[in-house]
Amino acid sequence: MNDKTNKPIYLDYSATTPIDERVVTEMIKYMGPEGVFGNPASRSHAYGWTAEKAVEQARQHIADLVGADAREIIFTSGATESDNLAIKGSAHFNKKRGQHIITCKTEHKAVLDSCRQLEREGFEVTYLDPEANGLVDLEKLKAAMRDDTTLVSIMHVNNEIGVIQDIEAIGNACRERKIIFHVDAAQSAGKIPMNLESLPVDLMSFSAHKIYGPKGMGALYVQRKPRVRLEAQMHGGGHERGMRSGTLATHQIVGMGEAFRIANEEMATENERLITLRNRLWDGLKDMEEVYINGDIKQRVAGNLNISFNYVEGESLLMALKDLAISSGSACTSASLEPSYVLRALGRNDELAHSSIRFSMGRYTTNQDIDTTVAHVRTAVEKLRDLSPLWDMYKDGVDISSIEWAAH
Amino acid sequence: MAYGEKVLDHYENPRNVGKFDQNESDIGTGMVGAPACGDVMRLQIKVNDAGVIEDAVFKTYGCGSAIASSSLLTEWVKGKTLDEAKAIKNTQLAEELALPPVKIHCSVLAEDAINAAVEDYKKKHA
Repeated sequence: MNDKTNKPIYLDYSATTPIDERVVTEMIKYMGPEGVFGNPASRSHAYGWTAEKAVEQARQHIADLVGADAREIIFTSGATESDNLAIKGSAHFNKKRGQHIITCKTEHKAVLDSCRQLEREGFEVTYLDPEANGLVDLEKLKAAMRDDTTLVSIMHVNNEIGVIQDIEAIGNACRERKIIFHVDAAQSAGKIPMNLESLPVDLMSFSAHKIYGPKGMGALYVQRKPRVRLEAQMHGGGHERGMRSGTLATHQIVGMGEAFRIANEEMATENERLITLRNRLWDGLKDMEEVYINGDIKQRVAGNLNISFNYVEGESLLMALKDLAISSGSACTSASLEPSYVLRALGRNDELAHSSIRFSMGRYTTNQDIDTTVAHVRTAVEKLRDLSPLWDMYKDGVDISSIEWAAH
Repeated sequence: MAYGEKVLDHYENPRNVGKFDQNESDIGTGMVGAPACGDVMRLQIKVNDAGVIEDAVFKTYGCGSAIASSSLLTEWVKGKTLDEAKAIKNTQLAEELALPPVKIHCSVLAEDAINAAVEDYKKKHA
């Protein structure tokens, strides 16, 4: 527990972040009757003009953070919508040219399920296996490219294990084959410096709530030169250059803009601080027996640490750690009892995949939070290992993989 | 997910955690489940000459409901004959612990565990 608030310590910043107070202050100005509440598309009065100005300023802040032109930023309801628009919009637009798409098994469900939908429509999709460290092998990606491949979609930072893909190298490979390259950057924008002016990326998805902006708000970068074209998925008043109709949510957009502006200013110092916190957490746990980091430790976003505590089941560990707000890669709450598909794709064995915990730190995480977390985790893992028949067997030198288990 | 009070109680204070020597003749051991499915239960019973379960211990790798189901079961089987123990149904465990539908399989696993332990004991004495 956090001593001051009596709430669990929040270590789930990869799931969502609180809206920064500075962002809240800006957003409120665009809501009430005394505020700038006009429709940014209203051209006939000052209510509309001021709202439009605010929207365009926010668009500029977002463009500035990622080195894009403001005209390349299309507002959406979130990264899920951006992924849908990028993948289905691009695949549909280019379907006469080819109907093959390449992605990776560890992508976010918004990407994977958009691809599944395209498969139902007759497209072919190659789902690459990542390497054991979570990274895509460039040569395997190149080998999967075909003459009818029109789109490659690879995320920048993985939401579960935090690994950073080499999007520059992947993008260059796509350019050579004239394949459109989409990147889901929901977990990387504001955390990793990037310059889209030079990065070979055609489409990039952003989320506001992963970086201290409001939920329900996102954007899609659509490159202008050379121009990338999409088929709209949402039809209506022709907003956002016809790519995404719907009245612009001024307050949400302003919030996203302010959040991205702050991230731009504070990213460098914040990353240093987060790496210190992450090291502090790992230093507190690494001497325990049978703990493993999931995903590459070097090619990794600052605030993420994903650890498997072998022979302890993830859901029971979460239950023991009720004073921490963390998440588990073990989805025992679903009837299927399937562990994280991301960890399975890395080739982690079942016990390790079921034993994983994701710690994601952020702007409001303190040293004290980490120290408390370390103490709680050590106690909980010890308690559950005392309860675990698998731990007993490990201690007795029994090879668990040699046993014939009756799957149920 | 939210857990019921009884599940939390057994999870926080599990009863009869432990291990008997499975080679002893008065011990029956049932190990069920699989790591791939996220739960493994080991339930052991100590049976006296009259065929009554004198003591029972368990260890469980699994979610809170799986731990609670096995913990409760060790309490219930003590003092019961082998046939009485075998008659315990998963539905009774699920009802007592107020398990939600997605956790019913935990109680099924516990029922499998006691059946396997009784069978193991009977095999030793066949």
